[in-house]
Amino acid sequence: MSLSNAFFAIIRRDLVLALRRRSEIANPLLFFILVITLFPLGIGAQPNLLQAIAPGVIWVSALLAAMLSLDSLFRSDFDDGSLEQILLSPHPASVLVLGKIIAHWLVTGLPLLIIAPLLAVFLGMPTHSLGILLLTLLLGTPVLSLIGAIGVALTVGLRRGGMILSLLVLPLYVPVLIFASNAVDMAGSGLPVNAQINILISILFMALVLAPWPTAAALKMSIN
Amino acid sequence: MFLVPDSVVRFFHRMASPPHFYTFTERLMPWLVTLFVLLTGAGLYGGLYLAPPDYQQGDSYRIIYIHVPSAWMSLFIYVVMAITGAIGLIWRIKLAEIVAISSAPIGASFTFIALFTGSLWGKPMWGTWWVWDARLTSELILLFLYLGVIGLYGAIDDKRVASKAVAILALVGVVNIPIIHYSVEWWNTLHQGPTVTKMDKPSIHVSMLIPLLLMALAFNVYYLIALVQRVRVELLQRERNSQWVKNMVLERKQ
Repeated sequence: MSLSNAFFAIIRRDLVLALRRRSEIANPLLFFILVITLFPLGIGAQPNLLQAIAPGVIWVSALLAAMLSLDSLFRSDFDDGSLEQILLSPHPASVLVLGKIIAHWLVTGLPLLIIAPLLAVFLGMPTHSLGILLLTLLLGTPVLSLIGAIGVALTVGLRRGGMILSLLVLPLYVPVLIFASNAVDMAGSGLPVNAQINILISILFMALVLAPWPTAAALKMSIN
Repeated sequence: MFLVPDSVVRFFHRMASPPHFYTFTERLMPWLVTLFVLLTGAGLYGGLYLAPPDYQQGDSYRIIYIHVPSAWMSLFIYVVMAITGAIGLIWRIKLAEIVAISSAPIGASFTFIALFTGSLWGKPMWGTWWVWDARLTSELILLFLYLGVIGLYGAIDDKRVASKAVAILALVGVVNIPIIHYSVEWWNTLHQGPTVTKMDKPSIHVSMLIPLLLMALAFNVYYLIALVQRVRVELLQRERNSQWVKNMVLERKQ
């Protein structure tokens, strides 16, 4: 089996597994919607206020949803031993791990993109910034999965890794949050957002290239 | 390796062996403490007594003699942690792993001191304990990174595995720190109006600079002292079943 075959086989396998357990797709999505619903209830429903905080609220909620969905990335494979088989295969572990991350993003990150415009309308965001919101989510959520994978790989061997995972991962999410929510904010007032988008693209490519290595190293360490 | 003199290489090889490190640092300690006391004494005397009060801030600027060196140390220690962590990962040197993890609580304390003294200074100067200034925010995130390292180490039972995990995390963090720092700075320039008038930085006068540098040196020596103490304890704990620890304990008993 060549490397690209193995890579796509892993993606296909993970997608099939996810489709058989649909709650894995639904849960982060429900969480995302629920958190966003809580903000108007907590802050008050003045349209101006909601509109002003909408980009930040959507992005913080996406951040939390992405973080909470991370646990399913390696958990079942770790429990049933197939993670060991993946790491023992002759192919470089980092590439196979990247396949798993991509499949995970397709299952948990992509649905956020589909539901986000609806929530943006709930919060009264101006319609001309919806495109930018989707673009930042498209560029930003893969980074969340990639960086988060490092954190999960480090904590997958622990029985109660949830709290510690958020402590590890959230500080590293700060740059994505800053640039993405700022881009949406600026787009809402009709300002150019090329700089923010370019930075997000570069962050995405950096994470794509750099993150699989520590993830693979951390998985090898967790399995021992 | 050919660039480094043989004696230096030999010194580092010997230092990597736990028993040798233990006895060597025991002899080193009084010298380090003396140096620390001298440097701190000179720095504080120069900073609190000899240096003139600032023409704008009066005497309250003197907190920089604690604040600025702590902030420097907080970054420096994270880099040390990443480098020693990498050494531990690559060459499997036990002592490097221990140095990496022993640095984390010290670095976190320096970060906390920098934040705390900064807010003490901010109250009379800016009129508020906390502003979302770029440096403050990135220092706060640095504190979270330290706490993540400490938490991860505490959560994993097998300490050799935990050291590896910490090393990987520290390396990831060290790549991220500049990105986080610049993103926060960029965010700050966009979000923050002119509510906080930053002081123009006049080039600092020599009579204020020398005590500052002395204090920075003193903090470095303090870091070394605290680090060596922590490493020695950690070494004893990890090597408690080895022969050299048994021999040493028996020797001390007599």
